[in-house]
Amino acid sequence: MKIEKFILKYFDMIRTIIAVLIGVMVSVLVIYIISKSPGHSLMYFLTGPFMTRGRIGNLLETATPILFGGLAVSVPFQASQFNVGQEGAIYLGAALGTAFALSFHFPAFMYAVVVLAFAGLIGAGWGYIPGILKAKWKVDELVSSLMMNYVAYFLGLYMINYHFRDKSAGFLVSYELPHPVWLKQFIPGTRIHLGIILAVVFAFLVYYFLYHTKLGYEIRMTGFNLHFAKYGGINTFKVIVLSQVIGGFIAGVGGMVEVMGIHHRFNWQMSPGYGWDGVVVAIIGHNHPLLIILASLFLAYLRVGGQVMNLLSDVPSEMVTVIESIIILLITAEAFLSQWKYRITVKQAALKEVSDESAT
Amino acid sequence: MNPLLKSIFSANFVFATLRVTTPILFPAIGVAITSLSGSVNIALEGIMLVSAFTGVVVSAFTGSLWLALIFGILAGVGMAALLGYFHLNLKADIIIAAIALNMFASGITVFLTYIFAHDKGTTSSLKSLVFPSVKIPIIDKIPVIGRMFSGLNILTYVALISVIVFYYIVYKTPLGLRIRAVGQNPDAAESVGVDVKKVKMYSLLLSGFFGALGGLYLSMGYVSWFSRDMTAGRGFIAIAAASIGGNLPLGTFFGSLLFGIVNTLAIFLATLKVPSELIQMIPYVTTVLVLAVYAIQKSVRSGGEE
Repeated sequence: MKIEKFILKYFDMIRTIIAVLIGVMVSVLVIYIISKSPGHSLMYFLTGPFMTRGRIGNLLETATPILFGGLAVSVPFQASQFNVGQEGAIYLGAALGTAFALSFHFPAFMYAVVVLAFAGLIGAGWGYIPGILKAKWKVDELVSSLMMNYVAYFLGLYMINYHFRDKSAGFLVSYELPHPVWLKQFIPGTRIHLGIILAVVFAFLVYYFLYHTKLGYEIRMTGFNLHFAKYGGINTFKVIVLSQVIGGFIAGVGGMVEVMGIHHRFNWQMSPGYGWDGVVVAIIGHNHPLLIILASLFLAYLRVGGQVMNLLSDVPSEMVTVIESIIILLITAEAFLSQWKYRITVKQAALKEVSDESAT
Repeated sequence: MNPLLKSIFSANFVFATLRVTTPILFPAIGVAITSLSGSVNIALEGIMLVSAFTGVVVSAFTGSLWLALIFGILAGVGMAALLGYFHLNLKADIIIAAIALNMFASGITVFLTYIFAHDKGTTSSLKSLVFPSVKIPIIDKIPVIGRMFSGLNILTYVALISVIVFYYIVYKTPLGLRIRAVGQNPDAAESVGVDVKKVKMYSLLLSGFFGALGGLYLSMGYVSWFSRDMTAGRGFIAIAAASIGGNLPLGTFFGSLLFGIVNTLAIFLATLKVPSELIQMIPYVTTVLVLAVYAIQKSVRSGGEE
């Protein structure tokens, strides 16, 4: 009976965990079907990410931009704004941030911060456009932010390829960033850089913002019920715009952190997909910043496991993408396990009735 | 005349534009139909990918174009049915479910490409059939017009005809009436006995059907192989094309044509010194602008009720 109460209380979380477990089970099944030595493949997939220091490093590096993406998505999602423009904000923040860092010079102690702030502002601007269009004229933010992703991609690519391209590099990459803006890689044998700490700090800041400030409360209320919020005196216009601006800011910073932490050059000839990964972890983490940390680590674990398996066995890493999609479908499907919840609720209510009667 | 203008005002340009427009027009019709029923379908990207892949694999293993067509369509409609099932029966948010299905499509096609063709990039080691090009009897003989409109892939003509089919379904059939009714006011439709869920499902299946044709054209007309993520955002561009056109048949056609023209321009201009990145940006900027202008007009007309 205690268990049933516990299940009701944490139902969403339990449901998510079950969805994740189903996803992992499906991957085990797939491996057994297609691999010639399933035992080995499975071992590489599940334990691979922890086998060497380098791979643990990979896991944390992979999680960093995904976490930024997830946080960037969670703020507008909490306000029920389906802005999926984080992909573009990340890309453009990184591209123009790189251009900015290469064009202007600042004293070393503030250089990195100024560059990150600039990249954040670019992202914020990118969130502002769909935000203001939605708030003022009800332009569907989903479509406009999707389109903005392409604009960001081509604009960023143009800036780097035509104005900041290092022709001596042999690849299509920008010039190397000046040393003061590099984020220090502080664990030898890995590429784990200060960005991961920054990402976690951001997660706590976003958590504090959403759950312990007035504007955060207004954002959540607007997401919960727009009309209710409006009649309750919340300036929903401001909330709709700001939620997307803040999301864009986080995305812009996240994009630049990736450039400053790993390659120290802009080298994305394709959009890296962290915005979409952000949607994935925001959904797994129910838009809660602290849960998104866990979700990002989990996604990074699957990705690195997939890469190890891809490298050392005969199962392609794209299996992970398929698993991710199954997990998300199960989590968003409200009816998934709702029967179970319903039965427990009814049973609990009946029990309560009996105990109430016996008390009187 | 300036060589650029010369190449733009040529029969080749029109021919190329129609080729490029086809894989946008098909999914745009799909998007428009679901939008009319009141839901946004952003899963066309995934639907097209799965159909493109299925078509190539089936044609390579069976050697039959008809089977490829049938299974390609079934795959696309199946994806749409999955979206409908999750959205309508399991109450998943349609946008997030569609994002998940797009991911699923991208992953599963590369995964299976590796299984079937032992390559993660393309299926070029499989021998795919292609849909034939068609010479139109009388038009073919007319000097310039013939070079513009004849000899295109059969699916391009199917796409053009689909615009009319789309019009016919939406405005001349009972189903079309129901789709529009559900889109405008689902509660009112329900109150007069329309099964809203069923109508939405049908409109999704229709969008899957048209999306599938677009996917088949990509892998078995435009080129003759499947390559990873070969839709390259056309499923999303289709949303823009349909929105520019107000989800109406002719509007959707012209919206798609606009994207076709600009993409063709980008190909033609690539030979010059103009950065192609900037040109490729144009249709997306245009879409945002058109959507904004549309919405502003609407709010002005309604007297700015806020």
